[in-house]
Amino acid sequence: MRFKAELLNAEEMRRALYRIAHEIVEANKGTEGLLLVGIHTRGIPLAQRIARFIGEFEGKEVPVGALDITLYRDDLTEVGLRPQVRETRIPFDITGKAIVLVDDVLYTGRTARAALDALMDLGRPRRIYLAVLVDRGHRELPIRADFVGKNVPTAKSEVVKVKVAEVDGEDRVELWEREGA
Amino acid sequence: MRHLLDFQGWTRQEVESLLDTAKVMREVLKRPIKKVPALQGFTVATVFFEPSTRTRISFELAARRMSADVVSFAAQTSSLQKGESYKDTLLTLEAMGVDAYVIRADSAGVPHQATRWVKGAVINGGDGRRAHPTQALLDAYTLLEALGSLEGKKIAIVGDILHSRVARSNAELLSLLGAQVFCAGPPSLLPQALPGARLTPSLEEALEEADAVMVLRLQKERMEAGLIHLEDYIARYQVTEARLKRAKPEAPLLHPGPMNRDVELEGALADSERSLVNRQVQNGVAVRMAVLYHLLVGKEGA
Amino acid sequence: MILIRNVRLVDALGERGPADVLIGEGRILSLEGGAAQRVIDGTACFLAPGFLDLHAHLREPGEEVKEDLATGLLAAVRGGYTDLVSMPNTKPPVDTPEAVRALKEKAKALGLARLHPAAALTEGQEGKTLTPAGLLKEAGAVLLTDDGRTNEDAGVLGAGLLMAAALGLPVAVHAEDAGLRRGGVMNDGALSDLLGLPGNPPEAEAARIARDLEVLRYALRRAQGRPHLHIQHLSTKRGLELVREAKRAGLPITAEATPHHLTLTEEALKAFDPLFKVAPPLRGEEDREALLEGLLDGTLDAIATDHAPHTLAEKEMDLLRAPFGIPSLEVAFPLLYTELHLKRGFPLARLVELFTDGPRRVLGLLSIHLEEGAEASLVLLSPKERPVDPGRFASKARYSPWAGWRLGGWPVLTLVEGRIVHEALE
Repeated sequence: MRFKAELLNAEEMRRALYRIAHEIVEANKGTEGLLLVGIHTRGIPLAQRIARFIGEFEGKEVPVGALDITLYRDDLTEVGLRPQVRETRIPFDITGKAIVLVDDVLYTGRTARAALDALMDLGRPRRIYLAVLVDRGHRELPIRADFVGKNVPTAKSEVVKVKVAEVDGEDRVELWEREGA
Repeated sequence: MRHLLDFQGWTRQEVESLLDTAKVMREVLKRPIKKVPALQGFTVATVFFEPSTRTRISFELAARRMSADVVSFAAQTSSLQKGESYKDTLLTLEAMGVDAYVIRADSAGVPHQATRWVKGAVINGGDGRRAHPTQALLDAYTLLEALGSLEGKKIAIVGDILHSRVARSNAELLSLLGAQVFCAGPPSLLPQALPGARLTPSLEEALEEADAVMVLRLQKERMEAGLIHLEDYIARYQVTEARLKRAKPEAPLLHPGPMNRDVELEGALADSERSLVNRQVQNGVAVRMAVLYHLLVGKEGA
Repeated sequence: MILIRNVRLVDALGERGPADVLIGEGRILSLEGGAAQRVIDGTACFLAPGFLDLHAHLREPGEEVKEDLATGLLAAVRGGYTDLVSMPNTKPPVDTPEAVRALKEKAKALGLARLHPAAALTEGQEGKTLTPAGLLKEAGAVLLTDDGRTNEDAGVLGAGLLMAAALGLPVAVHAEDAGLRRGGVMNDGALSDLLGLPGNPPEAEAARIARDLEVLRYALRRAQGRPHLHIQHLSTKRGLELVREAKRAGLPITAEATPHHLTLTEEALKAFDPLFKVAPPLRGEEDREALLEGLLDGTLDAIATDHAPHTLAEKEMDLLRAPFGIPSLEVAFPLLYTELHLKRGFPLARLVELFTDGPRRVLGLLSIHLEEGAEASLVLLSPKERPVDPGRFASKARYSPWAGWRLGGWPVLTLVEGRIVHEALE
């Protein structure tokens, strides 16, 4: 793979998440019944940061859960390598609540679809929002994000890499080109 | 791993990865909807040439919790009595599009033989006195829950070691996970050697400072074959409250079931706080879900 | 007249030649050539007396689905055997003169290997009531045995040895203690423990041989004539030692070993393939080595196949249910020629003796040596190697533990009294 461009630096990433945090509170008219659920792997630290921002400017703590969607993937009959199943930890009842699913990149929409199914098995939320740091287009399912950090038109041969300090040691979003594609 | 026949050739890392998956499955089983779509489109056959309702139900539930289709073949109700061979039976199922076979048989080696006949994954559901790997996995999982780690822990297995697939598989697996396994039983029911375990005719030696105690079921056939005398067995090998004092305080008790109360185990102990028997049953479903996921989905890695 | 030109000769006396062997009127007419209608080039091959198998299960009557006389005796001549002793554990067992006569007549009509039926020592091979030994001998039985079963009643075996002694018939025993053997399906030891298969301990064989030696002493003390005990398919080092000691003590005892016990060990069971399930079971390497020594020092008199065909479906059952037995008539000589002679330098003349004069002596038959005037029951063996292909077996048991093994020493021509019964010349 070949590096092409930096899409967001650490400061731009922080601002995007901060804006998303505000938009969430605005859409939900406060923090009442609001729960954040990060999708493994990088959605989890992103959700935690959004929760922290909300805590700062609203003075209210918003609970954060972690969701693994592996067992809900629609391609398990054909995947080449077995995806590691990770823990889903949602230590609160989601029934009647407003859930914000948080992920790093929105692409085909299949991960969001799996996440919706997984959430539905855990309870019956009042409303589910979707928040993503980057929306790169190329949807294969009728899914859209409610909150987007940055819209990036991409080619299918390109790869969007989101790096977060908690996992990758730095905050940065990069665009790469798949070699030979 | 394409099949689960025993733990020969398995690394500690592979086993631990499987037990990690089992942990996720355990969480799934606590949800209001205890089912995930992971194995939608896969078909799992339980092929039991030897009856065992408990193990079969546990596997079938595990497969259904993962949304696999399940077909069930039991030797008594089928054409096997009409002289159809194991091979014919499996090839018939293969033609029907089965992806994984859980095979239980009273003879050692039938799951191995099956791998020569079918393309699907073969899971050993217990073969003769040889191996019962999913039982050992659920025992290991239950022990890990109770003890945190098995590294350096002393695990006593008590009873008819010679004829026990549970003892064989546990010796193999628990030692792979770092435990010291002691198998104790009457001399006429001990094998010559058992890889992964120390053998002793002394129950006391096995129980001394043990971190956990696993009690095996004593089969009536052993008395009938003249290998032991029941009263002698009870007098010298029954695990009792008094004898358990040699083990570490709180050392948990496991039993693969079904139990002969007041034969291999003092009846009151079976219902005591120490007993993890119900926990074993619950963990059995989670472990089998993990096994199905690991064998059916994709290749190793990722 | 047939002339086999430029061929090396091997028999119990040694290796000689090359010679030009002229055959006619059922005899060897000359070793120096002569005019013949048929001339066969024997260059690079060697000629031996026809083999005699002391121990084959041909399954007729009753289990023709596994084998019958026609397929079994064809398998025999393809394996270089001109003579064969059939075991009586058929359904029903061969325990009457009529049954012996029927087998002999049917085999004679086939014109393949010559059949020498063994008859049951006891009625139904149940070990309880002796069969009419005299009438059985008159009908053509050459040996008495309850092979397949173990003679649990030592008294009956003793009486059988006494009866047979008067008739000059050997009594052959499947020496395994039934109690120690229990449900064993493989050698008992660390490996059977590891594989979780019920073990059949080597001591079961030794214990029974020790008992039978005392029974033989008993018969020897009381007999009119000389009793003769033959130990079948010896498989253990300890069993072999007992036979060796008994021979040294001058007891009238002979013994055989099988191609599978001489070439395979219990390790083969690791793949859980019932093809390797046999009784007595395949043993350890130490036992195998001891048997090889026994072949050299004369403790063992013969190599006998214990050819025991079953249907493939039966051999594909599980290890508890699959029947015991390995078919080997068509590979026995090439197998031992390759594994013992070529790979380990086992003397060829002695190997040939173990297929010819050795077993002939057990039955009290005259030796056959490759000399002018000798009976022309012969086998021509080619050193050319090819893999074992069970799909081409004449036997109905078209599988083999040795499938794919590259062997030399294949019989390319078998003659019974000068008549060609098998031909696979290039």
